[in-house]
Amino acid sequence: MTPSPSSPPKMTARDVCVAYGDKTAIDHVSIDIEQDRVIAFIGPSGCGKSTFLRTLNRMNDTIPSARVSGDIRLDGQDIYAPEMDVVQLRARVGMVFQKPNPFPKSIYENVAYGPRIHGLARGKAELDATVERSLTRAGLWNEVKDRLSDSGTALSGGQQQRLCIARAIAVDPEVILMDEPCSALDPIATAKIEELIHELRGRYAIAIVTHNMQQAARVSQRTAFFHLGTLVEYGATSDIFTNPRQERTKDYITGRYG
Amino acid sequence: MNRPRLAERPVPFSEETRTPTDWATPAMQARLRRRYAAERRFRRLGLAAVALSAGFLLFLLATMLAQGLSGFTETRLRVPVDLAAARLTVTPAQLSERRADLALAGAGLQAVVENAASRRYGAPALLSGGAWLRVRDAIKADPALLHRTATFDLPVSSALDLAAKGKGTPQATALVARLRAQGVLGRHLNLAFLTDADSTDPTRIGIWGAFLGSLLTLVVTLALAFPIGVLSALYLEEYAPRNRWTDLIEVSINNLAAVPSIIFGLLGLAVFLGTFGLPRSAPIVGGLTLALMTMPVIVIAGRNAIKAVPPSIRDGALAIGASPVQVVFHHVLPLALPGILTGTIIGMARALGETAPLLMIGMRAFIAAPPSGLTSPATVLPVQIFLWSDQVDRGFVEKTSAAIIVLLAFLLAMNGLAIYLRNRFETRW
Repeated sequence: MTPSPSSPPKMTARDVCVAYGDKTAIDHVSIDIEQDRVIAFIGPSGCGKSTFLRTLNRMNDTIPSARVSGDIRLDGQDIYAPEMDVVQLRARVGMVFQKPNPFPKSIYENVAYGPRIHGLARGKAELDATVERSLTRAGLWNEVKDRLSDSGTALSGGQQQRLCIARAIAVDPEVILMDEPCSALDPIATAKIEELIHELRGRYAIAIVTHNMQQAARVSQRTAFFHLGTLVEYGATSDIFTNPRQERTKDYITGRYG
Repeated sequence: MNRPRLAERPVPFSEETRTPTDWATPAMQARLRRRYAAERRFRRLGLAAVALSAGFLLFLLATMLAQGLSGFTETRLRVPVDLAAARLTVTPAQLSERRADLALAGAGLQAVVENAASRRYGAPALLSGGAWLRVRDAIKADPALLHRTATFDLPVSSALDLAAKGKGTPQATALVARLRAQGVLGRHLNLAFLTDADSTDPTRIGIWGAFLGSLLTLVVTLALAFPIGVLSALYLEEYAPRNRWTDLIEVSINNLAAVPSIIFGLLGLAVFLGTFGLPRSAPIVGGLTLALMTMPVIVIAGRNAIKAVPPSIRDGALAIGASPVQVVFHHVLPLALPGILTGTIIGMARALGETAPLLMIGMRAFIAAPPSGLTSPATVLPVQIFLWSDQVDRGFVEKTSAAIIVLLAFLLAMNGLAIYLRNRFETRW
């Protein structure tokens, strides 16, 4: 399955290398992230999939020793170019983390924070509407609509993670990066997040890092298998899981190592 | 026989070789007893340590209260003063002017009052040097008093006051007994102690001057040390690169926090008085000097509090496009504030109790009026306590303890406010 020429990929990464000091974490990785599709990054621990994800919204900038080279473009625009504003980039490329990290503020404030700092809502009514829309899209509205002023940290783990997703989509991003969003959740909460990813797919380009291969098979259309910092295989999810071309991929998905 | 080859060796913990552990052997029982004994010993030691420190605190408080509470009271003598017979040469016009104090003093009111007491009770020097001032204030409030005999309860001299509190000389005690028999002595609350400043007469001294001096000094200290300390801590934790220069700065700040306070006094003397020519004994100089001393404490506590904010909160804010400054002021600082406030309390409490550096910049002078501003001469509570404890007159002893009570009350109020603020800003994550 190759992207049709009519819709160019949302993000393109070409020959991306990341090093922490002397240690190479990512070695010449090239991947496309397409609109309205979910791409899953799988691979054993320490293979660089999370590092690669964090290059896509420049979260690696916060690590002083990290150096990134290569070419990453969002809608054809180089995101590491000096004229790129990293604050705007992160509003356009949202991120959900492994451990739910709601702010220790009310549920409403958690979702309203992004639109407020970016000036996306004019007036209280518009902000209220944005909060409701984001929580609804994250599948959390019905559970929290009566207690929006409660602390976000008082929710259950799965609810906290959906709150973080609502917080990310409140600033109306184009791409959503998810770094093992279900690894701290129980199976029921995981199922809800996966269902949510299905619904969000029609609206955003989504990249998800996961340790759980069943999850990758369930939610993604394309899969990239990383090993030791290199991209081993990259293609349609159905091909990767049923007919891997590389021996290493086959060994990993059949549980030989990892 | 040769050693068995690797594969032939018995497996150490196979089902056949394993003998169940016998928990009932005497050795096991002895080990168990030793473990319980260690547990009990540790608990008793801990409890004893807590009890000892609580005991010291109670002893301190009890001693201070026992010695100092009488310092808040004064003995008053009932004295009828025949102001009509005294014929003071003051006109009603003078009394309504602002120079009324001068006019009444010039007319010899002090002698009139003191003679009235001596004649009535047949002994010299009965009244405090400040007793006539109460009569003066009464006349200012009601000029009609000048034309009749009025009876006043006036504070007695230091010797009589001590005797009335059971600590006087034999003569004074005898005189007090005689006056008591006449029913003209009374024990009253000494409000003047809370509103006056220093004096040479222990019956006229007050703590307000030193209290205000401490307050003004601490305001200057807080206004400088808190923002500078917090901003330094934020910059060093959130922005500064990790290199040799920031390591050097960190070591310097840690060392600065450990420098003896008298050195800061010398620094203040050299820099603020010597170079900048600021006035001596002024709260602003005291505040500047104490700010130098307090700032490192706030920086260290602030950095620790900022370090304790979970990185996931920073990541979450950055990932929705908050700028570094927004991350710091919307998330990191509010979460670190309780810890920063704790450090600030420790620093300010130390500044409040500090004497040595203030001696160096001249805040130990005898200052008989409360400070009127940041640049007027003042002293502070601990220095005032030091000065009074040095006095020969025995009337100062209870006043020293009373001043210590005021200092401790100030400290408790300050800490209470800080704890309230800390709990208000406390958030969990």
